[in-house]
Amino acid sequence: MVLDKEKVVRVRDTKFLDDVIEIGEKIFPEIDKVRTCIQCGTCVGGCPSGRRTAWRIKTLFQKAMIGLKEEVLDTDDLWCCTTCYTCQERCPRGISTTDTVRVIRNVAFREGYAKKNHLFVCSLLFKFGHAVPINEPVKELRKKLGLSELPPTVHSYPEGLKEVNAICEKTGFKEIWEKQWKKAQEAQK
Amino acid sequence: MEKGTGGTKIMAVESEKKYAYFLGCLTPNRYPGIEYTTIEVFRRLGVEIVELKGASCCPAPGVFGSFDLFTWATIATRNLLIAERQGNNITMTCNGCYGSLQEANHLLHEKPELKERVNKILKEATGYEYQGTVEVKHTIEVLRDDIGFDKIRDAVVRPLTGIKVAIHYGCHFLKPSKVRKQGSSERPRVLDDLMEAIGAESVMYKDRNMCCGAGGGVRAQFKDVALDFTAEKIQNMLDASADVLTTPCAFCHFQFDVGQQELNKARGTNFNLPVVFYTQLIGLALGMSPLEMGLETHQTPVQSFFDKLGL
Repeated sequence: MVLDKEKVVRVRDTKFLDDVIEIGEKIFPEIDKVRTCIQCGTCVGGCPSGRRTAWRIKTLFQKAMIGLKEEVLDTDDLWCCTTCYTCQERCPRGISTTDTVRVIRNVAFREGYAKKNHLFVCSLLFKFGHAVPINEPVKELRKKLGLSELPPTVHSYPEGLKEVNAICEKTGFKEIWEKQWKKAQEAQK
Repeated sequence: MEKGTGGTKIMAVESEKKYAYFLGCLTPNRYPGIEYTTIEVFRRLGVEIVELKGASCCPAPGVFGSFDLFTWATIATRNLLIAERQGNNITMTCNGCYGSLQEANHLLHEKPELKERVNKILKEATGYEYQGTVEVKHTIEVLRDDIGFDKIRDAVVRPLTGIKVAIHYGCHFLKPSKVRKQGSSERPRVLDDLMEAIGAESVMYKDRNMCCGAGGGVRAQFKDVALDFTAEKIQNMLDASADVLTTPCAFCHFQFDVGQQELNKARGTNFNLPVVFYTQLIGLALGMSPLEMGLETHQTPVQSFFDKLGL
Protein backbone atom coordinates (compact mmCIF):
# COMPACT_ATOMS: atom_id res chain seq x y z
CA MET A 1 0.00 0.00 0.00
CA VAL A 2 1.34 3.42 -0.96
CA LEU A 3 0.70 6.09 1.63
CA ASP A 4 -0.05 9.62 0.62
CA LYS A 5 2.23 11.34 3.08
CA GLU A 6 0.55 14.70 2.58
CA LYS A 7 -2.58 13.25 4.05
CA VAL A 8 -1.42 11.00 6.85
CA VAL A 9 1.31 13.04 8.52
CA ARG A 10 -0.08 14.81 11.54
CA VAL A 11 1.79 17.49 13.41
CA ARG A 12 2.33 16.46 17.00
CA ASP A 13 3.03 18.76 19.90
CA THR A 14 4.12 16.39 22.65
CA LYS A 15 3.98 19.18 25.23
CA PHE A 16 0.33 19.98 24.56
CA LEU A 17 -1.15 18.01 27.46
CA ASP A 18 1.49 19.40 29.84
CA ASP A 19 0.46 22.92 28.83
CA VAL A 20 -3.22 22.12 29.35
CA ILE A 21 -2.54 20.70 32.80
CA GLU A 22 -0.34 23.63 33.76
CA ILE A 23 -3.15 26.07 32.95
CA GLY A 24 -5.82 23.89 34.56
CA GLU A 25 -3.89 23.37 37.78
CA LYS A 26 -4.05 27.07 38.50
CA ILE A 27 -7.84 26.77 38.84
CA PHE A 28 -8.79 23.16 39.66
CA PRO A 29 -7.31 20.58 42.01
CA GLU A 30 -6.28 17.24 40.46
CA ILE A 31 -6.72 18.30 36.84
CA ASP A 32 -3.65 16.13 35.99
CA LYS A 33 -5.81 13.04 36.51
CA VAL A 34 -6.67 13.28 32.82
CA ARG A 35 -3.37 11.45 32.26
CA THR A 36 -4.92 8.33 33.81
CA CYS A 37 -7.70 8.05 31.20
CA ILE A 38 -8.02 4.44 30.06
CA GLN A 39 -10.31 5.17 27.11
CA CYS A 40 -13.09 3.04 28.61
CA GLY A 41 -15.84 5.15 27.01
CA THR A 42 -18.06 5.59 30.07
CA CYS A 43 -18.00 9.33 29.34
CA VAL A 44 -19.15 8.94 25.74
CA GLY A 45 -21.80 6.42 26.78
CA GLY A 46 -23.60 8.97 28.95
CA CYS A 47 -22.97 12.04 26.82
CA PRO A 48 -26.23 13.61 25.58
CA SER A 49 -24.36 15.75 23.07
CA GLY A 50 -22.53 12.76 21.63
CA ARG A 51 -25.89 11.19 20.82
CA ARG A 52 -26.56 13.88 18.25
CA THR A 53 -23.18 15.35 17.27
CA ALA A 54 -19.70 14.14 16.38
CA TRP A 55 -18.43 15.20 19.82
CA ARG A 56 -16.55 12.32 21.53
CA ILE A 57 -14.96 13.38 24.77
CA LYS A 58 -12.71 10.32 25.11
CA THR A 59 -11.35 11.00 21.62
CA LEU A 60 -10.54 14.53 22.70
CA PHE A 61 -8.48 13.17 25.62
CA GLN A 62 -6.77 10.60 23.41
CA LYS A 63 -5.81 13.23 20.86
CA ALA A 64 -4.63 15.57 23.62
CA MET A 65 -2.48 12.79 25.09
CA ILE A 66 -0.69 12.09 21.84
CA GLY A 67 -0.28 15.80 21.15
CA LEU A 68 -2.63 16.37 18.23
CA LYS A 69 -3.06 19.96 19.25
CA GLU A 70 -4.54 21.40 16.06
CA GLU A 71 -7.09 18.61 15.78
CA VAL A 72 -8.17 19.22 19.34
CA LEU A 73 -8.41 23.00 19.13
CA ASP A 74 -9.53 23.68 15.57
CA THR A 75 -12.90 21.94 15.53
CA ASP A 76 -16.58 22.62 16.14
CA ASP A 77 -16.84 19.39 18.14
CA LEU A 78 -15.02 20.87 21.12
CA TRP A 79 -17.83 23.42 21.48
CA CYS A 80 -20.67 20.86 21.43
CA CYS A 81 -20.28 20.00 25.14
CA THR A 82 -23.06 21.60 27.21
CA THR A 83 -20.99 21.11 30.41
CA CYS A 84 -23.73 18.89 31.88
CA TYR A 85 -21.14 16.99 33.98
CA THR A 86 -22.73 13.56 33.41
CA CYS A 87 -19.35 12.17 32.33
CA GLN A 88 -17.50 13.75 35.23
CA GLU A 89 -19.95 12.15 37.68
CA ARG A 90 -19.44 8.72 36.14
CA CYS A 91 -15.74 8.58 35.22
CA PRO A 92 -14.35 5.45 36.93
CA ARG A 93 -10.93 7.12 37.11
CA GLY A 94 -12.33 10.16 38.90
CA ILE A 95 -11.11 12.47 36.16
CA SER A 96 -12.58 15.97 36.14
CA THR A 97 -13.61 15.43 32.54
CA THR A 98 -15.90 18.43 32.06
CA ASP A 99 -13.52 20.77 33.84
CA THR A 100 -10.72 19.51 31.59
CA VAL A 101 -12.88 20.33 28.57
CA ARG A 102 -13.28 23.85 29.93
CA VAL A 103 -9.51 24.17 30.30
CA ILE A 104 -8.89 22.91 26.75
CA ARG A 105 -11.49 25.40 25.49
CA ASN A 106 -9.55 28.13 27.33
CA VAL A 107 -6.47 27.14 25.33
CA ALA A 108 -8.51 27.17 22.10
CA PHE A 109 -9.87 30.63 22.92
CA ARG A 110 -6.38 31.93 23.70
CA GLU A 111 -4.91 30.52 20.52
CA GLY A 112 -7.44 32.15 18.24
CA TYR A 113 -10.04 29.41 17.78
CA ALA A 114 -12.92 31.18 19.51
CA LYS A 115 -16.31 30.82 17.82
CA LYS A 116 -17.97 33.87 16.29
CA ASN A 117 -21.14 33.84 18.40
CA HIS A 118 -19.10 33.35 21.55
CA LEU A 119 -17.08 36.45 20.71
CA PHE A 120 -20.40 38.27 20.40
CA VAL A 121 -21.55 37.06 23.84
CA CYS A 122 -18.30 38.50 25.25
CA SER A 123 -19.09 41.85 23.63
CA LEU A 124 -22.41 41.87 25.53
CA LEU A 125 -20.61 41.30 28.82
CA PHE A 126 -18.23 44.18 28.12
CA LYS A 127 -20.98 46.51 26.97
CA PHE A 128 -23.73 45.70 29.49
CA GLY A 129 -22.20 43.53 32.21
CA HIS A 130 -24.84 40.93 31.34
CA ALA A 131 -24.63 38.11 28.80
CA VAL A 132 -28.38 38.65 28.35
CA PRO A 133 -29.10 42.38 28.74
CA ILE A 134 -32.48 43.99 29.35
CA ASN A 135 -34.76 45.06 26.46
CA GLU A 136 -37.70 47.44 26.10
CA PRO A 137 -40.59 44.92 26.43
CA VAL A 138 -39.06 43.50 29.62
CA LYS A 139 -38.59 47.01 31.04
CA GLU A 140 -42.34 47.52 30.56
CA LEU A 141 -43.15 44.15 32.09
CA ARG A 142 -40.95 44.92 35.11
CA LYS A 143 -42.90 48.13 35.73
CA LYS A 144 -46.20 46.30 35.31
CA LEU A 145 -45.14 43.77 37.94
CA GLY A 146 -44.21 46.54 40.34
CA LEU A 147 -40.47 46.04 39.99
CA SER A 148 -37.96 48.77 39.19
CA GLU A 149 -37.67 49.43 35.44
CA LEU A 150 -34.02 48.42 35.55
CA PRO A 151 -32.90 45.65 37.91
CA PRO A 152 -30.53 46.64 40.75
CA THR A 153 -27.62 45.07 38.86
CA VAL A 154 -24.88 46.72 36.78
CA HIS A 155 -27.80 47.97 34.68
CA SER A 156 -28.50 50.43 37.53
CA TYR A 157 -24.91 50.88 38.67
CA PRO A 158 -22.62 52.01 35.82
CA GLU A 159 -19.58 52.05 38.13
CA GLY A 160 -20.11 48.29 38.53
CA LEU A 161 -19.87 47.85 34.78
CA LYS A 162 -16.57 49.75 34.84
CA GLU A 163 -15.27 47.31 37.45
CA VAL A 164 -16.25 44.31 35.32
CA ASN A 165 -14.40 45.81 32.36
CA ALA A 166 -11.38 46.67 34.50
CA ILE A 167 -11.20 43.00 35.56
CA CYS A 168 -11.37 41.81 31.94
CA GLU A 169 -8.59 44.22 30.99
CA LYS A 170 -6.33 43.36 33.90
CA THR A 171 -6.57 39.60 33.31
CA GLY A 172 -5.69 40.12 29.64
CA PHE A 173 -8.98 38.57 28.53
CA LYS A 174 -10.21 41.64 26.70
CA GLU A 175 -7.04 41.85 24.63
CA ILE A 176 -7.31 38.22 23.54
CA TRP A 177 -10.96 38.81 22.64
CA GLU A 178 -10.33 42.07 20.79
CA LYS A 179 -7.91 40.58 18.26
CA GLN A 180 -10.32 37.82 17.31
CA TRP A 181 -13.37 40.07 17.38
CA LYS A 182 -11.72 42.46 14.91
CA LYS A 183 -10.74 39.56 12.68
CA ALA A 184 -14.25 38.11 12.76
CA GLN A 185 -15.78 41.48 11.90
CA GLU A 186 -13.36 42.04 9.03
CA ALA A 187 -14.16 38.58 7.69
CA GLN A 188 -17.82 39.49 7.72
CA LYS A 189 -17.19 42.59 5.60
CA MET B 1 -35.75 27.21 62.96
CA GLU B 2 -39.24 26.30 64.01
CA LYS B 3 -41.06 24.06 61.56
CA GLY B 4 -44.70 23.53 60.74
CA THR B 5 -46.10 26.34 62.84
CA GLY B 6 -48.61 27.36 60.19
CA GLY B 7 -50.99 30.25 60.62
CA THR B 8 -49.01 32.50 58.29
CA LYS B 9 -50.97 31.90 55.17
CA ILE B 10 -51.22 35.42 53.85
CA MET B 11 -49.31 37.81 56.07
CA ALA B 12 -45.58 37.70 56.39
CA VAL B 13 -44.06 36.65 59.66
CA GLU B 14 -41.14 38.45 61.21
CA SER B 15 -38.15 37.64 59.01
CA GLU B 16 -35.73 35.33 60.71
CA LYS B 17 -33.49 34.98 57.69
CA LYS B 18 -32.19 37.40 55.14
CA TYR B 19 -30.54 36.78 51.78
CA ALA B 20 -29.26 38.97 48.99
CA TYR B 21 -30.89 37.93 45.72
CA PHE B 22 -28.28 37.39 43.03
CA LEU B 23 -30.42 38.03 39.96
CA GLY B 24 -28.03 37.11 37.15
CA CYS B 25 -29.26 37.78 33.59
CA LEU B 26 -32.24 35.64 32.58
CA THR B 27 -34.30 36.26 35.71
CA PRO B 28 -34.39 40.09 35.72
CA ASN B 29 -33.87 40.67 31.99
CA ARG B 30 -36.22 38.04 30.50
CA TYR B 31 -38.42 36.62 33.29
CA PRO B 32 -39.00 39.37 35.88
CA GLY B 33 -42.08 37.36 36.91
CA ILE B 34 -39.69 34.85 38.44
CA GLU B 35 -37.95 37.66 40.33
CA TYR B 36 -41.18 39.14 41.65
CA THR B 37 -42.66 35.76 42.60
CA THR B 38 -39.55 34.53 44.38
CA ILE B 39 -39.30 37.66 46.53
CA GLU B 40 -43.01 37.43 47.40
CA VAL B 41 -42.95 33.69 48.13
CA PHE B 42 -39.97 34.16 50.43
CA ARG B 43 -41.64 37.11 52.14
CA ARG B 44 -44.72 35.01 52.82
CA LEU B 45 -42.56 32.23 54.22
CA GLY B 46 -40.62 34.56 56.49
CA VAL B 47 -37.37 35.04 54.57
CA GLU B 48 -36.35 38.56 53.66
CA ILE B 49 -34.80 39.18 50.26
CA VAL B 50 -32.58 42.21 49.73
CA GLU B 51 -30.98 43.62 46.60
CA LEU B 52 -27.42 42.80 45.60
CA LYS B 53 -26.49 46.23 44.32
CA GLY B 54 -24.35 46.40 41.21
CA ALA B 55 -23.94 42.67 40.60
CA SER B 56 -23.19 41.56 37.04
CA CYS B 57 -23.54 38.37 35.01
CA CYS B 58 -22.38 35.53 37.26
CA PRO B 59 -20.57 35.02 34.63
CA ALA B 60 -22.02 31.90 32.96
CA PRO B 61 -19.88 28.93 34.04
CA GLY B 62 -19.97 26.94 30.81
CA VAL B 63 -19.66 30.02 28.63
CA PHE B 64 -17.16 32.40 30.20
CA GLY B 65 -15.64 29.50 32.11
CA SER B 66 -14.92 28.00 28.71
CA PHE B 67 -13.26 31.19 27.46
CA ASP B 68 -11.08 32.17 30.40
CA LEU B 69 -11.41 30.47 33.76
CA PHE B 70 -9.38 33.03 35.66
CA THR B 71 -11.50 35.95 34.39
CA TRP B 72 -14.63 33.92 35.11
CA ALA B 73 -13.49 33.27 38.69
CA THR B 74 -12.55 36.92 39.23
CA ILE B 75 -15.89 38.34 38.01
CA ALA B 76 -17.74 35.72 40.07
CA THR B 77 -15.70 36.76 43.12
CA ARG B 78 -16.56 40.41 42.50
CA ASN B 79 -20.22 39.38 42.88
CA LEU B 80 -19.38 37.54 46.10
CA LEU B 81 -17.46 40.60 47.30
CA ILE B 82 -20.55 42.82 46.91
CA ALA B 83 -22.50 40.46 49.18
CA GLU B 84 -19.64 40.35 51.68
CA ARG B 85 -19.48 44.13 51.86
CA GLN B 86 -23.27 44.28 52.30
CA GLY B 87 -23.04 41.64 55.02
CA ASN B 88 -25.41 39.19 53.30
CA ASN B 89 -25.37 35.62 52.11
CA ILE B 90 -26.48 34.95 48.54
CA THR B 91 -29.38 33.07 47.01
CA MET B 92 -30.50 32.75 43.38
CA THR B 93 -32.99 31.32 40.89
CA CYS B 94 -30.59 30.09 38.21
CA ASN B 95 -28.40 26.99 38.24
CA GLY B 96 -25.83 28.75 36.09
CA CYS B 97 -25.46 31.55 38.64
CA TYR B 98 -25.37 28.96 41.42
CA GLY B 99 -22.73 27.03 39.48
CA SER B 100 -20.50 30.07 39.07
CA LEU B 101 -20.79 31.59 42.53
CA GLN B 102 -20.83 28.35 44.52
CA GLU B 103 -17.93 26.94 42.56
CA ALA B 104 -15.84 30.12 42.66
CA ASN B 105 -16.40 30.28 46.42
CA HIS B 106 -15.37 26.63 46.72
CA LEU B 107 -12.26 26.98 44.55
CA LEU B 108 -11.06 30.03 46.50
CA HIS B 109 -11.30 27.98 49.70
CA GLU B 110 -9.52 25.02 48.09
CA LYS B 111 -6.78 26.98 46.41
CA PRO B 112 -5.36 29.87 48.47
CA GLU B 113 -3.00 30.78 45.64
CA LEU B 114 -5.99 31.25 43.32
CA LYS B 115 -7.65 33.46 45.93
CA GLU B 116 -4.50 35.54 46.12
CA ARG B 117 -4.35 36.02 42.34
CA VAL B 118 -8.06 36.85 42.13
CA ASN B 119 -7.81 39.33 45.01
CA LYS B 120 -4.86 41.08 43.41
CA ILE B 121 -7.00 41.87 40.35
CA LEU B 122 -10.07 42.69 42.46
CA LYS B 123 -8.11 45.11 44.62
CA GLU B 124 -6.94 46.98 41.52
CA ALA B 125 -10.37 46.93 39.88
CA THR B 126 -12.61 47.63 42.89
CA GLY B 127 -10.36 48.69 45.75
CA TYR B 128 -11.40 45.71 47.89
CA GLU B 129 -10.44 42.10 48.50
CA TYR B 130 -12.77 39.17 49.14
CA GLN B 131 -12.29 37.56 52.55
CA GLY B 132 -14.38 34.47 51.82
CA THR B 133 -17.19 34.83 54.36
CA VAL B 134 -20.20 34.62 52.04
CA GLU B 135 -22.40 31.54 51.90
CA VAL B 136 -23.95 30.75 48.51
CA LYS B 137 -27.28 28.94 48.60
CA HIS B 138 -29.64 28.04 45.81
CA THR B 139 -33.24 29.08 46.62
CA ILE B 140 -33.99 25.34 46.84
CA GLU B 141 -31.58 25.11 49.79
CA VAL B 142 -33.19 28.10 51.51
CA LEU B 143 -36.66 26.56 51.08
CA ARG B 144 -35.42 23.19 52.32
CA ASP B 145 -33.04 24.18 55.12
CA ASP B 146 -34.13 27.60 56.37
CA ILE B 147 -37.88 27.34 55.85
CA GLY B 148 -38.56 23.61 55.69
CA PHE B 149 -41.06 21.83 53.46
CA ASP B 150 -43.41 21.24 56.42
CA LYS B 151 -43.87 24.95 56.82
CA ILE B 152 -44.52 25.32 53.09
CA ARG B 153 -47.07 22.50 53.25
CA ASP B 154 -48.83 24.31 56.10
CA ALA B 155 -48.92 27.57 54.15
CA VAL B 156 -50.59 26.07 51.06
CA VAL B 157 -54.06 27.51 50.34
CA ARG B 158 -54.42 26.23 46.77
CA PRO B 159 -52.97 22.73 46.61
CA LEU B 160 -51.97 21.71 43.07
CA THR B 161 -53.96 18.51 43.38
CA GLY B 162 -54.11 16.36 40.26
CA ILE B 163 -51.36 18.30 38.49
CA LYS B 164 -48.65 16.16 36.90
CA VAL B 165 -45.35 18.02 37.05
CA ALA B 166 -42.33 17.08 34.97
CA ILE B 167 -39.35 18.25 37.00
CA HIS B 168 -36.18 19.28 35.22
CA TYR B 169 -33.50 19.67 37.90
CA GLY B 170 -30.94 21.12 35.51
CA CYS B 171 -27.28 20.18 35.59
CA HIS B 172 -25.46 22.74 37.66
CA PHE B 173 -27.60 22.54 40.79
CA LEU B 174 -26.52 18.92 41.29
CA LYS B 175 -23.22 18.57 39.47
CA PRO B 176 -20.33 18.26 40.01
CA SER B 177 -21.71 16.52 43.10
CA LYS B 178 -18.34 16.58 44.90
CA VAL B 179 -18.50 20.37 44.87
CA ARG B 180 -22.26 20.98 45.11
CA LYS B 181 -22.88 18.37 47.83
CA GLN B 182 -26.60 18.04 47.03
CA GLY B 183 -26.65 14.25 47.31
CA SER B 184 -27.15 11.90 44.39
CA SER B 185 -26.98 13.51 40.98
CA GLU B 186 -28.45 10.37 39.41
CA ARG B 187 -31.53 10.12 41.63
CA PRO B 188 -32.30 13.55 43.08
CA ARG B 189 -35.34 13.86 45.37
CA VAL B 190 -35.50 17.37 46.79
CA LEU B 191 -37.80 18.93 44.18
CA ASP B 192 -40.00 15.83 44.12
CA ASP B 193 -40.52 16.31 47.85
CA LEU B 194 -41.20 20.00 47.35
CA MET B 195 -43.78 19.34 44.61
CA GLU B 196 -45.44 16.83 46.89
CA ALA B 197 -45.56 19.46 49.67
CA ILE B 198 -47.62 21.78 47.43
CA GLY B 199 -49.95 18.96 46.42
CA ALA B 200 -48.66 18.24 42.91
CA GLU B 201 -47.59 14.89 41.53
CA SER B 202 -44.07 14.56 40.16
CA VAL B 203 -44.07 12.29 37.10
CA MET B 204 -41.07 10.22 36.14
CA TYR B 205 -40.04 10.37 32.50
CA LYS B 206 -37.32 8.94 30.33
CA ASP B 207 -33.88 10.55 30.77
CA ARG B 208 -35.13 12.92 33.43
CA ASN B 209 -31.62 14.05 34.36
CA MET B 210 -30.64 14.92 30.82
CA CYS B 211 -29.46 18.47 30.11
CA CYS B 212 -31.82 21.01 28.45
CA GLY B 213 -29.18 21.56 25.77
CA ALA B 214 -28.54 25.26 26.26
CA GLY B 215 -25.42 25.24 28.44
CA GLY B 216 -21.73 25.46 27.69
CA GLY B 217 -22.23 28.05 24.96
CA VAL B 218 -24.03 25.47 22.80
CA ARG B 219 -27.19 27.54 22.46
CA ALA B 220 -25.15 30.58 21.41
CA GLN B 221 -23.10 28.77 18.76
CA PHE B 222 -25.11 25.71 17.67
CA LYS B 223 -28.74 26.48 18.41
CA ASP B 224 -30.03 23.50 16.39
CA VAL B 225 -27.99 21.14 18.60
CA ALA B 226 -29.37 22.78 21.76
CA LEU B 227 -32.92 22.53 20.43
CA ASP B 228 -32.42 18.87 19.60
CA PHE B 229 -31.81 18.19 23.31
CA THR B 230 -34.91 20.23 24.17
CA ALA B 231 -37.11 18.38 21.69
CA GLU B 232 -36.10 15.03 23.15
CA LYS B 233 -36.79 16.16 26.71
CA ILE B 234 -40.16 17.75 25.90
CA GLN B 235 -41.27 14.63 24.01
CA ASN B 236 -40.28 12.44 26.96
CA MET B 237 -42.27 14.66 29.33
CA LEU B 238 -45.32 14.59 27.05
CA ASP B 239 -45.06 10.81 26.79
CA ALA B 240 -45.38 10.73 30.58
CA SER B 241 -48.58 12.86 30.38
CA ALA B 242 -47.07 15.89 32.13
CA ASP B 243 -49.34 18.94 32.54
CA VAL B 244 -46.53 21.34 33.27
CA LEU B 245 -42.74 21.51 33.18
CA THR B 246 -40.90 23.06 36.09
CA THR B 247 -37.25 23.86 36.73
CA PRO B 248 -35.18 25.72 39.33
CA CYS B 249 -32.96 27.27 36.63
CA ALA B 250 -33.87 30.45 34.76
CA PHE B 251 -31.67 29.47 31.81
CA CYS B 252 -33.27 26.01 31.46
CA HIS B 253 -36.65 27.73 31.89
CA PHE B 254 -35.78 30.07 29.02
CA GLN B 255 -34.58 27.20 26.83
CA PHE B 256 -37.77 25.19 27.37
CA ASP B 257 -40.16 28.13 27.13
CA VAL B 258 -38.64 29.83 24.08
CA GLY B 259 -37.17 26.61 22.67
CA GLN B 260 -40.55 24.92 22.19
CA GLN B 261 -41.72 27.81 20.00
CA GLU B 262 -38.43 27.81 18.10
CA LEU B 263 -38.86 24.09 17.50
CA ASN B 264 -42.43 24.55 16.30
CA LYS B 265 -41.20 27.12 13.80
CA ALA B 266 -38.12 25.23 12.63
CA ARG B 267 -39.49 21.72 12.59
CA GLY B 268 -43.23 22.09 12.36
CA THR B 269 -43.76 20.37 15.71
CA ASN B 270 -46.62 21.28 17.99
CA PHE B 271 -44.91 21.47 21.37
CA ASN B 272 -46.91 23.48 23.88
CA LEU B 273 -46.05 22.11 27.31
CA PRO B 274 -46.51 24.98 29.80
CA VAL B 275 -43.28 26.02 31.52
CA VAL B 276 -43.75 27.40 35.02
CA PHE B 277 -40.79 28.18 37.26
CA TYR B 278 -40.69 26.18 40.48
CA THR B 279 -41.15 29.23 42.73
CA GLN B 280 -44.11 30.22 40.56
CA LEU B 281 -45.73 26.85 41.31
CA ILE B 282 -45.15 27.51 45.00
CA GLY B 283 -46.61 31.00 44.54
CA LEU B 284 -49.77 29.55 43.00
CA ALA B 285 -50.06 27.08 45.88
CA LEU B 286 -49.65 29.95 48.36
CA GLY B 287 -52.52 31.77 46.67
CA MET B 288 -50.73 34.26 44.43
CA SER B 289 -52.54 35.20 41.23
CA PRO B 290 -51.11 34.14 37.84
CA LEU B 291 -51.23 37.74 36.65
CA GLU B 292 -48.98 39.11 39.37
CA MET B 293 -46.43 36.42 38.45
CA GLY B 294 -46.35 37.42 34.77
CA LEU B 295 -47.19 33.89 33.68
CA GLU B 296 -49.20 35.08 30.68
CA THR B 297 -46.01 36.55 29.20
CA HIS B 298 -44.27 33.18 28.81
CA GLN B 299 -43.62 32.30 25.17
CA THR B 300 -45.28 28.90 25.49
CA PRO B 301 -48.92 29.42 26.55
CA VAL B 302 -49.77 28.29 30.09
CA GLN B 303 -53.57 28.29 29.63
CA SER B 304 -53.92 24.48 29.48
CA PHE B 305 -52.28 24.29 32.90
CA PHE B 306 -54.60 26.98 34.31
CA ASP B 307 -57.61 25.11 32.90
CA LYS B 308 -56.49 22.01 34.70
CA LEU B 309 -56.07 24.01 37.91
CA GLY B 310 -59.50 25.61 37.43
CA LEU B 311 -58.10 29.15 37.25
